[in-house]
Amino acid sequence: MSTTDWGIDVPDAPHTETVEGQPIRFYEVDEHSHPEGYSTMLGFWIYLMSDCLIFAILFATYGVLGGNYAAGPGPRDLFELPLIAVNTAMLLFSSITYGFAMLSMQANRLRATQGWLAVTGLFGLAFLGIELYEFQHLIHIGAGPQRSAFLSSFFTLVGTHGLHVTFGLIWLVTLIVQLNKRGLVPANQRRVACLSMFWHFLDVVWIGVFTVVYLMGMLR
Amino acid sequence: MTPHPAPEVGPILGRLSLEAIPLHEPILIATFGMVAVGGVALLALLTKFRLWGYLWNEWFTSVDHKKIGIMYMVLGLVMFLRGFADAIMMRIQQAIAFNGSEGYLNAHHYDQVFTAHGVIMIFFVAMPFVTGLMNYVVPLQIGARDVSFPFLNNFSFWMTTAGAVLVMMSLFIGEFAQTGWLAYPPLSGIAYSPNVGVDYYLWSLQIAGVGTTLSGINLIVTILKLRAPGMGLMKMPIFTWTSLCTNILIVASFPVLTAVLALLSLDRYVGTNFFTNDFGGSAMMYVNLIWIWGHPEVYILILPLFGVFSEVTSTFSGKRLFGYTSMVYATIVIMILSYLVWLHHFFTMGSGASVNSFFGITTMIISIPTGAKLFNWLFTMYRGRIRYELPMMWTVAFMLTFTVGGMTGVLLAVPPADFVLHNSLFLIAHFHNVIIGGVLFGVFAAINFWWPKAFGFKLNSFWGKVSFWFWVPGFWVAFMPLYVMGLMGVTRRMRVFDDPDLQIWFVIAGIGAAMIAAGIGAMLVQFAVSIWKREELVDESGDPWNGRTLEWATSSPPPEYNFAFTPNIHDLDAWYDMKNRHHDRPVTGFRDIHMPRSTGSGVILAGISLVMGFALVWHIWWLAGLSLVSLISYAIYHTFNYDRDFHIPAAHVAEVEEARSRQLDAVRARETQAAGA
Repeated sequence: MSTTDWGIDVPDAPHTETVEGQPIRFYEVDEHSHPEGYSTMLGFWIYLMSDCLIFAILFATYGVLGGNYAAGPGPRDLFELPLIAVNTAMLLFSSITYGFAMLSMQANRLRATQGWLAVTGLFGLAFLGIELYEFQHLIHIGAGPQRSAFLSSFFTLVGTHGLHVTFGLIWLVTLIVQLNKRGLVPANQRRVACLSMFWHFLDVVWIGVFTVVYLMGMLR
Repeated sequence: MTPHPAPEVGPILGRLSLEAIPLHEPILIATFGMVAVGGVALLALLTKFRLWGYLWNEWFTSVDHKKIGIMYMVLGLVMFLRGFADAIMMRIQQAIAFNGSEGYLNAHHYDQVFTAHGVIMIFFVAMPFVTGLMNYVVPLQIGARDVSFPFLNNFSFWMTTAGAVLVMMSLFIGEFAQTGWLAYPPLSGIAYSPNVGVDYYLWSLQIAGVGTTLSGINLIVTILKLRAPGMGLMKMPIFTWTSLCTNILIVASFPVLTAVLALLSLDRYVGTNFFTNDFGGSAMMYVNLIWIWGHPEVYILILPLFGVFSEVTSTFSGKRLFGYTSMVYATIVIMILSYLVWLHHFFTMGSGASVNSFFGITTMIISIPTGAKLFNWLFTMYRGRIRYELPMMWTVAFMLTFTVGGMTGVLLAVPPADFVLHNSLFLIAHFHNVIIGGVLFGVFAAINFWWPKAFGFKLNSFWGKVSFWFWVPGFWVAFMPLYVMGLMGVTRRMRVFDDPDLQIWFVIAGIGAAMIAAGIGAMLVQFAVSIWKREELVDESGDPWNGRTLEWATSSPPPEYNFAFTPNIHDLDAWYDMKNRHHDRPVTGFRDIHMPRSTGSGVILAGISLVMGFALVWHIWWLAGLSLVSLISYAIYHTFNYDRDFHIPAAHVAEVEEARSRQLDAVRARETQAAGA
């Protein structure tokens, strides 16, 4: 293509251009289609970042409103660190066992993968149980989400995390069934890997919750 | 303000009762009558011509990005008519409510009209238009066969549609929010808005927001992963670049909207105290959060249209885009800066001089990359061989109009000036100046530009010009009076006025709105006439404008697989390069093409979400619970379907491509004949 001084395109006379004697290829004539699930991991990663932003907003809200007790109880009055430590341990263990599930999957061991997923699920269930107990206890002593802006933002931040764990559990059970039906086919491997990212992501968020809400709360 | 008493909540129907039907509002009853008659007629016609199966199989369940793109555009157009009806109602009310007259809209109705107008125009007109354009054009421009997640694309569209349907339902069942389009608390809190209006607002935006976020993720991944070989990032067409930045903005801002609306919902449904006046809540927290979404949102709307104007200017000037690299960087800078300006929406909050100065300055800085873009377009036109076809006309109208809107924006960015102009009609004039002059004009340019690609025939240019000449002057007549009144201190969202001197300005604005109405009418006529006389307007070449980017390399409309062979990119203007270097279109050696399979899951999931939204609005708890359970169950059921793709056999591809070869030969023969004569 040639252009005038001012950049207006002037079509060349017909000829076939070549590079090193070969005609320029304008089309991929022997192409392979993208493998199935070619972009799933990137897509899921971006989804996680968007989810992370929801947590960022909830953290920010907690940061702004977390000191507004409205003459009600504050973190020191409410939080029992030993219980929360046990709870945190449950979630951290579940991340380790999920790691074992991934290793088993890479070794192509179906039953072991399912087994570790089930163990992960039990730890997750324990985490949720303890969290629900804590919530129930707080509501029972009159420190429910309606009591103050601090408690509203506390329940929402921790509860949103809990809701994510709940969905993770539903997904996990679904996956165990799907592994049963189809084994470690590529589609299932991809799903297990996505849930792995989701699960570890929830773990990271919980580290934030544990630090910002519980540990720093005790310092207030 | 005395809060209304909250209605009783029954176990079966929740808050829903016959009183929810606005029988006492004659305007609504007449509207309902018209919609009902029109709707029944449409359904009858669809049934008579046995189109249900066709629509369901070929469109509703389709995962083809081109069909989904077109459906988004149709949704945007339908909702545009609704949003514009609201606009006309406000213009008439404000033109007559003087000298003791109350006008024809009571406060309850008028407040819903201005809220619905804003919500619909942003979420259900501008967003579907923008998403529709990106959906249709981006995969073609990058030489891909579809988006990365085709089912998700279909699902996103139907979630957006479900949100739109929920807003429309509020017209005839209950009421819509009376809070303004961003529903600031405490007015939108349960104490001052105890009825269903704000709940309709919340759930329609939440449902549509799921679709928007997912489609943002989808398009980012598509652009990053599915570009044709040779198309490095700096060889992407500029529209694809602006789409990439827009979708990054979507993914990085819509979750904020989701979160803040969820918090407001908790305040309303659970009784939490995020934004209440007592128990430690902070209403300003809401205003901050919603604008952290809201400011990026306006760039989500305008950036893709900047891309459209770039493509159009370059194509119709017959020149390569001037300053491609600076255009890309200007887009990226705007994308980043759009996160650093949100506080300029509420300088009057009282955050102090230092904070206001920071946000005032960042706001003014945005005008620099935007100005760079304008110069790039002007230099692209400079000494070009400009063809004033409709897309180019809209582009020139945009440059003139948007520049004025941008400058009034810089005025508003000065905090002391903003203290005077805050919440005035000057602000209203400013953002309509940039949204109509930028987004809508851009959408019209894009429709005229890409219509031949989508349907195989051009749009009628006579009616297009009629529409243009009503629209553009109509815009100026409608909004210049608002600038004047804003400077005089008239505030927004007023229903009646005391000062009779103002009436003439509102009458002029009303005349402008009537001109715009004529412009819209002419545009509908343009579509109708073009479809009716499509034989005369047919374009078989697939490249009616002597285009430069890959979408023009395909037939019009493109085959479902877009490209039989993936193109190899050597130049920024890939298709122009191919034409110039006389590429040979391969005509043999076709292979099976791997494609995604259609599925009805998107429609079903969005339908269940709609039911759930309705149940939550009306506190019909059993139905909300039931639909939540069905939603999760159906989603799980959907994941058990592993059979999601199929292969188009090579023989079929060969057939389609042979037909295309014959078509191209015929076009060439005609061209040679014309040249000989």
